[in-house]
Amino acid sequence: MIKLIVFLPLLGFLYCAFVGSYFHDRVSQLITTFLLTISTFLSWIIFLQYLEGANTTIIHILNWITSGTFSADWSLRVDALTATMMVVVTTVSACVHLYSVGYMNEDKSINRFMGYLSLFTFFMLMLVSSNNLLQMFFGWEGVGLSSYLLIGFWHHKDSANKAAIKAFILNRVGDFGFVLGIVGVFFIFGSINFDIIFTDAINYQNHAFNFLGLSLSTIDTLCFLLFIGAMGKSAQLGLHTWLPDAMEGPTPVSALIHAATMVTAGIFMVARMSPLFQYAEFTNLFIIFIGASTAIFAASIALTQNDIKRVIAYSTCSQLGYMFFAAGLGAYNAAIFHLMTHGFFKALLFLSAGSVIQAMKHEQDMRKMGGLFIKIPFTGTMMWIGSLAIIGFPFFSGYYSKESILENAYFSTSGMAQYAYVVGVFTALLTAFYSWRLLLMTFHGKPRATEETFNQVHESPKVMTISLAILAIGTIFSGSILADFFIGPKQEVFWNHAVVLIHTTQHNIPFVQTLTIKSTVAAGILLAAMLYFYKKGLTKSLSRNFQLLYSISYNKWYVDELYNSIFVQPFFYIASIFWKKGDIYIIDEYGPNGISKLINYFSKRLSLFQSGYLYHYAFVMLGGLVIILTWFVYY
Amino acid sequence: MIVYTFSFYLFSTIAVLSALMVISSKNSVHSVLFLILSFVNAAGLFVLLGAEFLAMILLVVYVGAVAVLFLFVVMMLDINYIKLREGFLQYLPFGVLLGIVLIVELGIAFFTETFSEMSLVEYAQMPEITITENTKLLGFVLYTKYFYLFQISGIILLVAMIGSITLTLRQREISKKQIISDQNNVDASKAIIKKKIKLREGI
Amino acid sequence: MTSITIDHFLFLGAILFTIGVLGIFLNKKNVIIILMSVELILLAVNINFIAFSSFLGDISGQVFAMFTLTVAAAEAAIGLAILVVFFRNLGSIEVEKIRKLKG
Repeated sequence: MIKLIVFLPLLGFLYCAFVGSYFHDRVSQLITTFLLTISTFLSWIIFLQYLEGANTTIIHILNWITSGTFSADWSLRVDALTATMMVVVTTVSACVHLYSVGYMNEDKSINRFMGYLSLFTFFMLMLVSSNNLLQMFFGWEGVGLSSYLLIGFWHHKDSANKAAIKAFILNRVGDFGFVLGIVGVFFIFGSINFDIIFTDAINYQNHAFNFLGLSLSTIDTLCFLLFIGAMGKSAQLGLHTWLPDAMEGPTPVSALIHAATMVTAGIFMVARMSPLFQYAEFTNLFIIFIGASTAIFAASIALTQNDIKRVIAYSTCSQLGYMFFAAGLGAYNAAIFHLMTHGFFKALLFLSAGSVIQAMKHEQDMRKMGGLFIKIPFTGTMMWIGSLAIIGFPFFSGYYSKESILENAYFSTSGMAQYAYVVGVFTALLTAFYSWRLLLMTFHGKPRATEETFNQVHESPKVMTISLAILAIGTIFSGSILADFFIGPKQEVFWNHAVVLIHTTQHNIPFVQTLTIKSTVAAGILLAAMLYFYKKGLTKSLSRNFQLLYSISYNKWYVDELYNSIFVQPFFYIASIFWKKGDIYIIDEYGPNGISKLINYFSKRLSLFQSGYLYHYAFVMLGGLVIILTWFVYY
Repeated sequence: MIVYTFSFYLFSTIAVLSALMVISSKNSVHSVLFLILSFVNAAGLFVLLGAEFLAMILLVVYVGAVAVLFLFVVMMLDINYIKLREGFLQYLPFGVLLGIVLIVELGIAFFTETFSEMSLVEYAQMPEITITENTKLLGFVLYTKYFYLFQISGIILLVAMIGSITLTLRQREISKKQIISDQNNVDASKAIIKKKIKLREGI
Repeated sequence: MTSITIDHFLFLGAILFTIGVLGIFLNKKNVIIILMSVELILLAVNINFIAFSSFLGDISGQVFAMFTLTVAAAEAAIGLAILVVFFRNLGSIEVEKIRKLKG
């Protein structure tokens, strides 16, 4: 059954790739969505099995590489972690497939789109069900590739192509660290199979090696390298610049890849390698720092963005920061739980935004929206549900996961954790602010769109609204129902050694803190309401008075410009030198061009032999004869 | 014996000298005539070797036919005596050097001990003059053992003849001949056609 | 030197052969000289054959010489025919003019 879950999307992709273009687009839509729905059902069945505490299963498929002491197979490892991820991936993917049937209806390359979506799902499933680092890397690279293909889906748009390349390159930088990590793991542990690594990890707890005179803990370095990969994939601070630009792709792509699945691959990897990460003290501190900083950094940018998708993208970045610092604290279960709930509500937010965009005839600027609630109430409600979840409103799923993360931060002893806690609370304020800003600007207030645009706004077709509804159910209920299994009393049974659990006694944070958290969130909402609903003029004056802060926030802290001047321009310069001097001048001149010139020269010389005079030929013949004769005489 | 030696040297010297003149004579007719002289001397040498049939055949075929043919062609092709350019001296040194090298090597091949020792057959010291005439001896062999070759050489000559005719034949359009078959097939009814012609106008 | 051995005849053949070969490319006059040089070469070869036939007592040398004669005559005829046609087309038989094979 597990094999079906993983390979059905692959089948969908193969159909679209080879056969799909011959048939009607509707057929490829149907087939891929149908296959994915089956995958989803199966993965929910598996997940329910694990809720009752099933054991880790390993299914061997094929032998892949056996070279010396290095061996890697194609095999699927299923445990609670895998089951959770599979559920998230397949559910969101199935909803996105269904949604795309409606959203991409007028596109020219529907077949290609559905194929890419299925391909991506396949790679992601391979990633989460891998049993060794190499297969995980296969999935890792695969999702990076699919992300590139999907971001640049509208390849006639120059900006889309650039964004796709940017995403791929930044991913690659992370992957470099990841590969070094894999090689290091093999070097130390002698194998890249998870079982072997995990059982062996405790032996290397205090192992250290010498590097440039410093004695570094081995496990720390390995985990650090692996985390670099996670940073690239999950758009953490430093390698985050691709995520907002990735909004050039169609909205379903953003929902699937950049909200629920690919960006969570980093968290997944850290959680999967938790037996290793638990011994890496320095790396954990680093992870906490990066995670918390990313959270607040991204939230600060989201405050001033005007593109509806960008706000949600930065929101994703911020929430990923939350997940990472939870992982850094050692609360892997909380991180994964937040991953799951976030998957649901972020996908819901993105797809609702897509619905709005489509209703507004592809207008994405929030300054041109407003007062849409009357026209598209269903989408508006969905967006409200998603926003309530993201700020951690009680009973919605986000509440349980966020609370759990902040709890873990509060009770952790390191200074970094305290930093993370403060940052986390403040970010919650910011989250509330920008989420409500989005809601109010888009759905409420007076309409700022043109008359004709506003009049034709209508609700999306049923195909799209069904997926929204499914995700809404997940958003509302997944938290309350599943909290016990993930972070509550049943967590031992559920996780069953899939990830390392902190053995804290179950205590709740003091009432004061809870109140603080809730009040900050409320403050955020009030602030947003004040600025965007009641006194509209205040925003303009605020942005003028706080010009510097505003421009820093609006221009994404100038990170893009910084990277451009430090990395991009010098590289272009060096590359152009290599191209002009190295390639054209040296290699071409002495290589192909040079050889052809040489051949030309010699052939001109040689052609003089063919003079056409018979006696020349006879003369040469005679000369040859004499030479042969001489040779015979002297031998 | 001495006559033999003397005549050998006489014939060979004149043969070599006339060969040299063939290639270096300015007048083409002279060249042909020197060629004829060379052939005659070679025929003499053949007689010395006891192959008198072949000597006569040489004279009849080569001199009588081939050389005369050469003469015909030389006469026919209007070779301008004055236009002959001097280019002879350009290759002369190198060519002569090559020639000398060739002769010396061939000489080494013939006169050194190694080659004489390596030969598989026993050479007689003197040319054998047989009692039976040369012609008869040839006749014994030619029509029996080498019969097929004989016939084939006949065919070669036939082919050569046809070849030359084919190459050089050209249709003569100048002379008008009668084609009898066309004459016989003339249609009497169409031989004369009446036409009305207006006054002062032609056909 | 008084008795004539086979070597003398062979050497004579060699000289005539060389002269013939030299004649092919030393002449700048006309093409007929080339044909005549070929005849000289064939003559030299014939002398060789007859000499061997005589000194070895085998008649096949002479038979072969006779066939060579035949073929040489045929070849001379055809060569001259070609020459005539060539002259018709080109107008002259100078060696300088004959460079149609120029590559």
